Amino acid sequence: MSASGLPKTAAVLGPDGLQALIAALAARGMEVIGPVERDGAIVLDRIAGIADLPAGRTDRQEAGSYRLADRDDGALFGYAVGPQSWKRFLHRPVETLFRVRRIGQELAFEPPRETPPRTAFLGVRACELAAIAIQDRVLLGGAYVNTEYAARRAQTFLVAVNCGDPAATCFCTSHDTGPRAHSGYDVALTELLVDGRHEFLAEPGSDSGAALLAYLPTRPATAADWAAAAAVAARAAANMHRRMPSEGLKETLQAHPEHPRWEDVGQRCLACANCTMVCPTCFCTTIEDHSELDGLGAERVRRWDSCFAGDFSYVHGGAVRTQTRSRYRQWMTHKLAHWWDQYGTSGCVGCGRCIAWCPVGIDIAAEAAAFVESSKREEDAHGIA
Amino acid sequence: MARPRLAVIKFASCDGCQLSLLDCEDELLAVAGAVEIANFPEASRAVHPGPYDVTLVEGSITTEHDAARIRAVRDETAVLITIGACATSGGIQALRNFADVGEMVRAVYARPDFISTLATSTPISAHVKVDYELRGCPIDKGQLLELVSALLAGRRPVLPSHSVCVECKLASRVCVMVAHGTPCLGPVTHAGCGALCPGYHRGCYGCFGPAETTNTATLAAQWQALGASRRDIHRAFRTFNAASEPFCREADAHG
Ligand code: SF4
Ligand code: SF4
Ligand code: SF4
Repeated sequence: MSASGLPKTAAVLGPDGLQALIAALAARGMEVIGPVERDGAIVLDRIAGIADLPAGRTDRQEAGSYRLADRDDGALFGYAVGPQSWKRFLHRPVETLFRVRRIGQELAFEPPRETPPRTAFLGVRACELAAIAIQDRVLLGGAYVNTEYAARRAQTFLVAVNCGDPAATCFCTSHDTGPRAHSGYDVALTELLVDGRHEFLAEPGSDSGAALLAYLPTRPATAADWAAAAAVAARAAANMHRRMPSEGLKETLQAHPEHPRWEDVGQRCLACANCTMVCPTCFCTTIEDHSELDGLGAERVRRWDSCFAGDFSYVHGGAVRTQTRSRYRQWMTHKLAHWWDQYGTSGCVGCGRCIAWCPVGIDIAAEAAAFVESSKREEDAHGIA
Repeated sequence: MARPRLAVIKFASCDGCQLSLLDCEDELLAVAGAVEIANFPEASRAVHPGPYDVTLVEGSITTEHDAARIRAVRDETAVLITIGACATSGGIQALRNFADVGEMVRAVYARPDFISTLATSTPISAHVKVDYELRGCPIDKGQLLELVSALLAGRRPVLPSHSVCVECKLASRVCVMVAHGTPCLGPVTHAGCGALCPGYHRGCYGCFGPAETTNTATLAAQWQALGASRRDIHRAFRTFNAASEPFCREADAHG
């Protein structure tokens, strides 16, 4: 029994139950955001009901390529993660921090923040829950709290969906962040398509999640439902073939800042910054000040920045990282190595976005593997243990 | 404090960038309130002599006469800003740099002997010191207003030199290269347009010229993997910023 006295037992709902779930969230004053098909991809946007979900659609993802395709089982969540992550709703791409007006000799500061609307995210994958937990740690966990993120995060209700059909770019099993959600959600759904039935196993993860489920048309979950859900997760894990090396990766990356592999990848990389923009854990921003023509008004804006941009490492006199190889090294060593020292976790959750959405298909998992492999060869050759 | 005196001077160009200034309908009164428009023939017949505090220069240098005129413009202004691809990199007319101008003149004009022109179209920076450059064919009016208001406030203008891809992602666009297989110049192109073309399912045309870091060779190889021919690649790099060094080099490699 939970603190509220509600039983935290799983329930099973049909498509009408899912429709009722969306309606119930809306009735509680929440804006519901979920997956929708647009411009040849599955993106995240406002949804009014299950009719907005990409029914019977799936994705085929490879390094540098993403295509939608049909599937014949009518699944509502039969695809992996798309180009956008939930980062764009919590840690927004562009955010006005304050506006200021000069009135006579006085400066009047106007914080633009009202309380953000209550928002429900529907269809959050396990890797994305892990990414949100990482951003919570980075943006809320230290001495300097990102107040805009904090305000939005406090208003967020998370409906997870366990993955049944990972993309070829996925590798959450390497980081133990999926394909099944273990924590950090209010409700977790597993889509069950067995024997011609279309249902969802719904597990509450919080008191408010349990309260919501109690309100919906459901039936109790049986042992067969649990077995079907376990089979979905097992199939997803078995279909995931990409791997990020873990053994010795941090130490190897940190020990070889001048490894020739950096130049090699630097030759292939465009320094376009797409990887950092799509990564659900990348959090870097810059601050821009704008003023109005009349000299009476100004505003301060925060926007996503990237370690691939030259201006990112600009200090008086010039940029520190002028070469693409040093920018790629910064991104990869921070994400996969220094992040451990800084936050006690890897900065990668294995979502595969940076692989699919790199216009030239640079693959962070393959780069890491090649790096470990060639450093090992080098050490063997030099007799280093 | 007296309002800064502004001049807008034209060289070889189509006037599109000056039109972007006139296109600032909502902000035009504020601009006119903040600066004294002393010399802007496209907007007003009242032309007041220099010196000026700020001069916006449109167009490239294609004649001996203009090469002398830009030096006089520089002498008359405190701050010189080039607006658009012509003034910043030589413009579409820099295609002459890769051809025989005499032949072109004979093909186009009934009396070629009346035409006195240089063999090349060159950016303003090849002739005089430039203080700020606004990219684009045409420029983005938001960037123009940003630069003018920054100068008025004495602050640094916000004109990032990263790729169009960053703007594309900030605007939540779906990448046309990855999701549709459409060749796009965004990864090597300077930001400023807000990723306009990808928003209409088109690849970026490179109007804003090279970004701060450009790996055109790797991008060209990916274009080829997507089915673009050598000629497609040559032509894509040989447009409004044909004479900018990275684009010129890549076009040559596929010539
Ligand atoms: S580094 Fe790549 S795979 Fe890892 S979390 Fe970021 S986008 Fe996903
Ligand atoms: S790794 Fe790919 S997406 Fe990232 S900056 Fe390089 S080319 Fe762009
Ligand atoms: S559509 Fe073009 S500009 Fe946008 S991310 Fe893709 S490659 Fe970059």
